[in-house]
Amino acid sequence: MYTLENVLYKNVLNIGKLTIASGKITCLIGESGSGKTTLLKMLNHLVSCQQGVIRYKGEDLEVIDAINLRREVVMLPQTPVIFPGSIKDNLLIGLNFAQKKLPADKVLTAELNKVSINKELDERTDNLSGGEKQRLALARMILMQPETILLDEPTSALDDNTVEKVMAYILSYLKAGNKTAVMVTHSKQLAKKMADTIITMENGYIAAIEEVA
Amino acid sequence: MNGIIEIGPLRLLAAYIFLVILFILVKSLGIKKEREIFFSALRMTVQLIAVGYILLYLFDYTHPAIALSILALMIFFAVRTIYSRVKTEINKKLRQVIIIAMVAGNSATIFYFLILVINIQPWYDARYFIPIAGMIIGNSMTGISLGVERLSGEIKAKRDLIEGALMLGATPRDATMHIVKDTFTAAIMPTINSMIGMGIVFLPGMMTGQSLAGLSPLIAIEYQIAIMLSILGSVTITVYLLTRFGYRTFFNHRSQLEIILDHDLAENEKI
Repeated sequence: MYTLENVLYKNVLNIGKLTIASGKITCLIGESGSGKTTLLKMLNHLVSCQQGVIRYKGEDLEVIDAINLRREVVMLPQTPVIFPGSIKDNLLIGLNFAQKKLPADKVLTAELNKVSINKELDERTDNLSGGEKQRLALARMILMQPETILLDEPTSALDDNTVEKVMAYILSYLKAGNKTAVMVTHSKQLAKKMADTIITMENGYIAAIEEVA
Repeated sequence: MNGIIEIGPLRLLAAYIFLVILFILVKSLGIKKEREIFFSALRMTVQLIAVGYILLYLFDYTHPAIALSILALMIFFAVRTIYSRVKTEINKKLRQVIIIAMVAGNSATIFYFLILVINIQPWYDARYFIPIAGMIIGNSMTGISLGVERLSGEIKAKRDLIEGALMLGATPRDATMHIVKDTFTAAIMPTINSMIGMGIVFLPGMMTGQSLAGLSPLIAIEYQIAIMLSILGSVTITVYLLTRFGYRTFFNHRSQLEIILDHDLAENEKI
């Protein structure tokens, strides 16, 4: 899906060669400040490398329309972004941005249930907990049916019980549609459970690449 | 009462008592603004005396080239004032947008007002052209200053929200639409509010001047209504142009927000 060659970004990232496989789950692990989030933002083309080439499906990111790319490769930031308005507004905003067909309310409610949010669609988002906001942002992303998802610590605000449910939700989406995921996580345990490939980062470099059997 | 009472230098000097009162109050309250107040009052006095003599000359020598030069000069100083008045840093592209908005919005309104509404001939008659251009440009300068401050401040403050929208495939326009709307409203509201108090709370300067000069209040009102609507027009057009093209200056051609700094990325990593 992605190939990176001699990618350099200030003193944050320095990657010689890296391939991210299509239809697989790749987990990025490493200490804080090792460049994981910056790499994720580069794959979303929210940040550009200063040197080197990043290719998506064989095409240089620099020649791909950034907005179209982000509608195909959607990123979920670590701190969930909740827009003003209701839960429904938030679920639909990605589809509105991407000018895609909007689903019926029952589809939205079903998606909310899948991420264990038992609220009405027209409720405001002000009273949602941190964990609920994170799950709402995840459901919003999945509704867009992106080919690739970029997840930055998607379970950071969740308790252990909910982590299991949310991960099962993500996995079922990925496996059903043979989708690609790149996920940043602090948890080696979670990475081993989810990933096909684990990339360990250290000070902006790739320290190890491990294929999980 | 016929004619106008001339104030004269001595009685004009008596009016400066209000400045002295302000000085005493500021001093006793320990507000360190004496220098600023002094230079503002000095500038006001010198600028108005100078402009009085300039107008005296210009009213006798009207010429289209002179009118256009004055218009350019007024816009130049208004733009400079906007740059210095806005506290947040203004990027190079936004500076260009401000110039375009000020030139296009003000020129369109001034010429429309002079040629179609007042229908003066020649259009460059300095007696009309200069004070009307001054009022229109001055008000759009205030509108644009408010707009730039709001636009820059909001984009910086709501960076996460904008980036979050971009991550979902939003265009820069969609990602900043709520900020653009807020900016437009904030910048035009003072003009709209000033219309509410017009004639009840205060009599505007132009109308007061015309009434003092012996003109019928009914004619003065006609002028005042027309000028207020023109001010509304110029503020609307300039602020619309600012917001319509200004938000784009915060993004590069890859639709990336350009205010992201190195330390932000480092901070994200540390979370």
